[in-house]
Amino acid sequence: MRRFAELFESLDTTTSTAAKIEAMSAYFLAATPENAAWAAYILIGRRLKGSVGPALLRKWLFEEVQLPAWLVEETYASVGDLAETIALLISNKDALQPADISLTQWFTARILPLGAQEESERRQHIVGWWHSLPYRECFLVNKLLTGSLRVGVSRSLVTRALASALDLPRIEIERSLMGPWEPSADFWQTLGKNNGSLGNSHPYPFYLASPLQQQPAELGDRRQWLAEWKWDGIRGQIVRRASQSALWSRGEELITERFPEIIAAAAALPDGTVLDGEVLAGSASRILPFASLQQRIGRKKLTAKILNAIPARFIAYDLLEFEAIDWRPRPLVERRAQLERLIQGAALPVMSLSPALLHGSWEELAIARDEARARGVEGLMLKEWRSSYGVGRQRGAWWKWKNDPFLFDGVLLYAAPGHGRRSNLYTDYTFGVWLAGALVPITKAYSGLTDTEIRRLDGWIRKHTKEKFGTVRSVDPVQVFELAYEGIAKSSRHKSGIALRFPRIVRWRTDKPAEEANTVRDLQQVLALHNGA
Amino acid sequence: MAWMQPKGDLIQAKPQGLYCKAGDFYIDPLGPVEHAVITHAHGDHLRAGSAKYYLSSACTGVARRRLPAEAQLRPMHYRERIALGETRVSLHPAGHILGSSQVRVEHGDQVWVVSGDYKRDPDPTCELFEVVPCDVFISEATFALPAYRWPETSKVALEILDWWHTNRDNGVASVLFAYALGKAQRVLAELFSHTSDSVYVHGAVESLVDAYREAGICMLATLPATVAAPTDYAGALIVAPPSAAGSAWMRRFGEHRTGFCSGWMRIRGDRRRRGYDRGFVLSDHADWPSLLRTFSETGAKRIFLTHGYTDAMCRYLQEQGINADALRTEYGAEE
Repeated sequence: MRRFAELFESLDTTTSTAAKIEAMSAYFLAATPENAAWAAYILIGRRLKGSVGPALLRKWLFEEVQLPAWLVEETYASVGDLAETIALLISNKDALQPADISLTQWFTARILPLGAQEESERRQHIVGWWHSLPYRECFLVNKLLTGSLRVGVSRSLVTRALASALDLPRIEIERSLMGPWEPSADFWQTLGKNNGSLGNSHPYPFYLASPLQQQPAELGDRRQWLAEWKWDGIRGQIVRRASQSALWSRGEELITERFPEIIAAAAALPDGTVLDGEVLAGSASRILPFASLQQRIGRKKLTAKILNAIPARFIAYDLLEFEAIDWRPRPLVERRAQLERLIQGAALPVMSLSPALLHGSWEELAIARDEARARGVEGLMLKEWRSSYGVGRQRGAWWKWKNDPFLFDGVLLYAAPGHGRRSNLYTDYTFGVWLAGALVPITKAYSGLTDTEIRRLDGWIRKHTKEKFGTVRSVDPVQVFELAYEGIAKSSRHKSGIALRFPRIVRWRTDKPAEEANTVRDLQQVLALHNGA
Repeated sequence: MAWMQPKGDLIQAKPQGLYCKAGDFYIDPLGPVEHAVITHAHGDHLRAGSAKYYLSSACTGVARRRLPAEAQLRPMHYRERIALGETRVSLHPAGHILGSSQVRVEHGDQVWVVSGDYKRDPDPTCELFEVVPCDVFISEATFALPAYRWPETSKVALEILDWWHTNRDNGVASVLFAYALGKAQRVLAELFSHTSDSVYVHGAVESLVDAYREAGICMLATLPATVAAPTDYAGALIVAPPSAAGSAWMRRFGEHRTGFCSGWMRIRGDRRRRGYDRGFVLSDHADWPSLLRTFSETGAKRIFLTHGYTDAMCRYLQEQGINADALRTEYGAEE
């Protein structure tokens, strides 16, 4: 594992993307096929099933250190990472460099067998590693156990490194990495080369839109762009091959069994067809809010009652494969024309086409966008007619032009330390609004402040703490923040009776006294107006 | 704060800093006072405006550069005892930076020691920390969490050297951020036994390097980072204060990597958040084991903590049956 540890260190000690790709590529080239496969598996963030969860590691950590529990808790809150906390508190400072056990060996001979062991046996092994390994190895083994490396490499960086090491197109690498796979020498040897034979349900990587930050007019001639509603559902891919249908989510999960009505409809599609679109709750005449779809996904068992109450449908917006040919390189105008023929020809009740918006100018589209919220959609999508279907978040051809968010002013009530890059800083905030002369918590928010503001606020929080509850502090309720959110719904789980969707901080209102923050009543009015959308 | 310091305590936390009534002097006062006893020359401990400063002889070189010309200094040798009011005061090495001192205050039959900032690790730029037996020990607690355990300095020095040489092989400059007073000179002194190359330094570091040289500290040869043409920096090591990061001053170095020397670099999140390419765990403060060891070695019956993770350390000590409390002060967490 020494080589992998070195790779980890080079990734961890540079902020340059080029250097990261270079380091990974060099590792993949030098590693044995098996080790390379395992490294790719870990780097793209796959998790081992049946491994040891963080809860057990935590429990053992508390048992192993000669320190009071609250102090371990406080240290963990300050470090913000369990694997690292263990290594900082327990690893062997005097350990000699241990014998080099390969990454594959670590997994196949040590970590995977843990799954079949009794808890006491697992504990004995893992705790033994903690005490014998030096800091770096101890930390990495814990990372392998918990399965989240958090080393600042995105999936796309890993695929770029794989493409460069294997000298294969990235798009093929991406495809091989979709869906389930086992890290092995065999997998490595066929990576990026075997996509024809990978099984019938294999999906394509999703193309992701970037947020539109400029004026739409800067995109040029309106006629060069397809405009659609931005649906508020689950992005999905229907794969129809060899008389079988599969439905994949953007998180690369197979969700076929969750949506039987969509799968039934997909049977009408010809073999060798792959559609990209959105899974939504509701009927053709009435789309239900995202919260309903969430209820549906949350159910383990789909009863007739729930299928009736929350029917699902698929709105198609792209055609990735047709007649068993990869259509992604073709221009959108061509893919869309064929998609229209296909969907309209099939005439399926639960499957429809995402309509093209016909507003002829950017100004008219902007007006349509203002109505988006009332329609239960998130805004508009703009896609260039001549563009091919890309991989991941490639900027330029697909833009999401989202609704302006809702805004309100809240007062900072509680703060807790963050994780990862934000460890040792109070960055997890809880905000309140007024109800009958008192402030009640309304939402948490983590993002939106600059690093400078975070540090300033952290200093303020430490100096104005009222009470401590474990690692959470209550603070003097005087700091006002403008917060944005995308949706609002009733909630019995929240004290305020309201749940907000995607809350984040817009700015620190140092100019505003706490008395001028919003009230629960204000938010209830927004809720009433938007009917839970 | 719920806890109030007993009125009869020899040294009291006041808004202006730590005050000793029996001797009528402040230790590291925040504003102008009559008598200021100084632990060391960092900006949050040495401030202009007081009438008379008591400080270690080794500290005067730097203090002269940081105080107005008319400031009245009374240099003291380590362990030299002087009378202030009803007290006898002496300074003892704290091992933090050149000239850093603990302040020992004797009054009647009690002895109080104020540690200032300190570390127990060896450092070629200053005298090693001296254990001063006392009844009450007032300590810093900057890194008072068990996660902070320092690696050996010699290992860290080699890491810095490796990093620099790798960058040099790649033809890029290495910009190492270290606090201008203390850490920068410690790095230059640690590297002295490994190489004879010269190092470029930022203007803020340069004058303090001069002060250290005057005090007889051996360090690598330094050049001001103002003279060379941009191409000359390829492969060079540049030592600069953290405040220079991201400033226009950095442009002269062309392609470069950045590193930061600090105890905070022990935690990966801190390291990544600050956006340096490399973090080197090199601290001028005591780590968790050193703090505990020091408390025990002084034999103090009461421990006060001034700044840092005071709450955690206090509670830990109290649970061990040790009389410990936090004093509220305004010293910073920089190093």
